[in-house]
Amino acid sequence: MDEILFFVAGIAAIVAAAGTVFLRNPFYAVLSLVVHLLSLSMLFLLLYAQFVAVVQVMVYVGAVMVLYVFVNAYVGGGSEPEGGGGPSLRMFSYAIAITLIVTIGIAVLGTGLQAIDGSGPDDIPASFGSPGEIGKLLLTKFLLPFEAASFLLLVAAIGAVVLARRRRGVLPGEERMVAALDLLAPTGTGSMREGVGAINPTPGGFSARITPSTGAGTLPASDDRTGDDSEGGSR
Amino acid sequence: MSTGWYLAVSAIVFAIGAAGVATRRNPLLVLVCLELMLNAGNLAIVAFARMHGSTEGHVFALVVMVVAAAEVAVGLGVVVALYRNRVPVDVDELRELHG
Repeated sequence: MDEILFFVAGIAAIVAAAGTVFLRNPFYAVLSLVVHLLSLSMLFLLLYAQFVAVVQVMVYVGAVMVLYVFVNAYVGGGSEPEGGGGPSLRMFSYAIAITLIVTIGIAVLGTGLQAIDGSGPDDIPASFGSPGEIGKLLLTKFLLPFEAASFLLLVAAIGAVVLARRRRGVLPGEERMVAALDLLAPTGTGSMREGVGAINPTPGGFSARITPSTGAGTLPASDDRTGDDSEGGSR
Repeated sequence: MSTGWYLAVSAIVFAIGAAGVATRRNPLLVLVCLELMLNAGNLAIVAFARMHGSTEGHVFALVVMVVAAAEVAVGLGVVVALYRNRVPVDVDELRELHG
């Protein structure tokens, strides 16, 4: 039973990985990656890593893949163009990949480690791979990596928002809303909008200093782009 | 199943992912293939954890997943920013990153 499940999941993982690399339509490639991740989580279950398997399904298939599919739909693009580097360069890449398989295979399977031929200890404790055990390890032995990982996630979330934010200024609806708010706001509150000169422009303010030096400041550049954006929206 | 079989699957998937990173031209799909390579590493880590009968390897696998998620968030942010700036989304054409 173990062997059958292993071969089903392993072959599915390899075939889906090959599909991810060779399918021309990016959308199908991403869906193939979903199949690959699901079969990997089945392999994790065979290795008694229940928690990792569930996290794999929830984080990858549930969150990361949705992100991929949405960005794929947003960018569009269809099939990627043929040619480019030329067939010889492509063949060279595949040759490198085959060399990599052979090298890793020799390195891993030819180590002479006897444990590699066995399937590990049979009398593993019931707590092996359980959420409780992993939580205990994360909060005792691996506390510093755990905190570093959470900080990394925070930085990545902020970085993604900064990279992908809209740089075209305010939309018409937002402008009206801001104008209503401005009536309530006293002058010189030191808000961020005031700092960039969006409200209460001051002669020697931040925007007055920034705009001439950089040539195309933040606001003129966003005005240029509004024409393009309406065209992008209809796409 | 012996650990060697899992390591063989891991090696094959890793090499397929490396071939994808080298040949794909859409940066989105380069990220997808990087994901394949990270997951192959994860499979090897979990297989070794089973071989040693120790849960500590699973913590490594979880940290790798965190790093992969962070990489996906920032990488997809770059892809969206490229699309916004009307740069062709093709790694052969991308020569500069300044906004």
